[in-house]
Amino acid sequence: MEKPLSDNPGSQEAICDSRRDFLHTCSLAAPLLLLALQAKLVRAFAASEPVYNPREHRYGMGIDVSRCIGCGRCVDACKNENDVPREPFYFRTWVERYVINSGGDTSVDSPNGGISGFPAITSEKGILRTFFVPKLCNQCDDPPCVQVCPVGATFATEDGVVLVDRDYCIGCRYCVQACPYGARFIDPRSRTADKCTFCYHRITRGLLPACVEVCPTGARVFGDIKQRSSPLARFTRFHKIHTLKPHMNTKPKVYYADLDEEVR
Amino acid sequence: MEPLGEVLKQVQGYIYPNEVELHWSLLIVVYPYVTGLVAGAFILASLVRVFNVKELQPTYRLSLLTALGYLIVAPLPLLAHLAHPERAFEIFLTPNVHSAMAMFGFVYAWYLMVVLLLEIWFDYRKDLVLWSAQEKGVRRWVHWILTLGATDLSSKAVRFDQSAGRFITIIGIPSAFLLHGYVGFIFGSVKANPWWSSVLMPIVFLFSAIVSGIALVLLLYVISTLLRSKVVDMLCLDKLASFLFYALVVDFSLEMLDFIHRLYEAEESIGILSQLVSSRLFLSLVILQALLGTILPLLMLGIISPALRGRGSLKTPDELRRLLYVAAAALIQVGIFSTRWNVVIGGQLFSKSLRGLTVYKMQLLGIEGLIVAGFLLLLPLLLLLVLIVLLPPWPEAEAHLPEAA
Repeated sequence: MEKPLSDNPGSQEAICDSRRDFLHTCSLAAPLLLLALQAKLVRAFAASEPVYNPREHRYGMGIDVSRCIGCGRCVDACKNENDVPREPFYFRTWVERYVINSGGDTSVDSPNGGISGFPAITSEKGILRTFFVPKLCNQCDDPPCVQVCPVGATFATEDGVVLVDRDYCIGCRYCVQACPYGARFIDPRSRTADKCTFCYHRITRGLLPACVEVCPTGARVFGDIKQRSSPLARFTRFHKIHTLKPHMNTKPKVYYADLDEEVR
Repeated sequence: MEPLGEVLKQVQGYIYPNEVELHWSLLIVVYPYVTGLVAGAFILASLVRVFNVKELQPTYRLSLLTALGYLIVAPLPLLAHLAHPERAFEIFLTPNVHSAMAMFGFVYAWYLMVVLLLEIWFDYRKDLVLWSAQEKGVRRWVHWILTLGATDLSSKAVRFDQSAGRFITIIGIPSAFLLHGYVGFIFGSVKANPWWSSVLMPIVFLFSAIVSGIALVLLLYVISTLLRSKVVDMLCLDKLASFLFYALVVDFSLEMLDFIHRLYEAEESIGILSQLVSSRLFLSLVILQALLGTILPLLMLGIISPALRGRGSLKTPDELRRLLYVAAAALIQVGIFSTRWNVVIGGQLFSKSLRGLTVYKMQLLGIEGLIVAGFLLLLPLLLLLVLIVLLPPWPEAEAHLPEAA
């Protein structure tokens, strides 16, 4: 409907009309303004979290055996973070306790993966040395599990992490047999192979794996092998490093400091 | 979780937590056992076809049908064992070429399609044509369809059948070696497992396969002949027993070589493996595999068969010898099944930490249970029965060309 123009611009009616026009214009402009603001926000957000490029990274973990107190918080955190079945026997990470007596005999235990700590040793008599060793997938550079998987459901990422595609795994269990470290299991819910992923969903966002995050003594060190400034690079500079079962030639990327020869 | 909790109580020493669950169960014992029978039965057939061992002619077609019956069943235990059998076809579609297991489908398909089915078809083609001409009803049609339209019975065509069959058998021998050597490789190439990891594994598998295949055909030949109220050809049986003895000698020597080599090298795993053999595997390895399954039949065959001396070291009446051959062959079956058990289950009873032993709790029901495994062991015999009805392997059932008759 066409509005009659006011003859007198200063009249009350004319003022109301121009105010209405102004508000009308504003209401039209508002969404545009919001859009512009949003675009700016998106740009700002993108700047704070750059696109993740796996080729720029090579992940590994350092474990300082002398620092581990066997509290089992890493085991618990792993189960929480990765929804690992709560019932016993399925572990992406676990802690072993070694007790070597003066006769040279070694006994090892890991009650429920060490998730609730370890029963106290009642007598120290006859014990030569004792220590805890956290274990997990060694994220090998030459992983036998990847080699044997008949369909390629287990694969190594460009940043050096071995992962399992749950939608592709046929459940033949050859990878479980091929792993020298006992790091794999079959998740009874999905009936597919499962293992430590270094908390891939976290590390690709710049966060630490859950087990590293919760370790109260800093026994676990995570980082990028490629970056000299990373905590892991520093760890490997300042410690003598051993890997597990080096004769298997799997080239593990879990580096142990102060590792005892009894550990397999 | 209850069974795993039970297992945990019987663990001796330390095992990695994830090792409480045994991953390859009874079905994976059945798989190499069945595949071995295929390879062994085929090698026996090739003795007739390629090496012209005339005495074994009565078992030629029976061996081929036995190989086929078992070959059809061979992939079933694998399929039943998969947690996601619906994805099994991915092995064909997107195989990981670095994986030994991914090659199974191709080795199997080659053996079934190129070797066994073709050889059987060429061998039976003339008979199929003649049978379909003489018969009535369903059999006539089935046999006619099986000719695949190739009804030419000219002497040239029949000669071609024979030379093609011979050629396929020549290809078939290395293929049979491949089929079962490959199964040995699946285990032998797992460097993480010191019980399996051995370069001898494929060759040990191969010779045990030949032993099991010959023993099975010997059993089937005697049983089927007696059931048909025919006379057992003792010349044939003596020859079978002799070859069984030779194969068993080679198999036993290889097993002993493996054993002595491990003992002499005494690598870091020797302690736990010695414990494994003297405790968890004592019954299945020392008693069943070595004593009852190998040494006893070796003695029996060595003494009564003409393998070592013209008419046997100990002269025995035919009936007794027949009975002893059957007993030896049956013992060998038990022994070879134990061999498969000791490899597959034995290889999982010790921890890769080399610090402890676990146990295997066999299920009765369930897909990986005893009943399913028993069914899969019976199924090839049922298939063989169907094949025998369809394609009678007996010498008297063979059709002869009119001019030859």
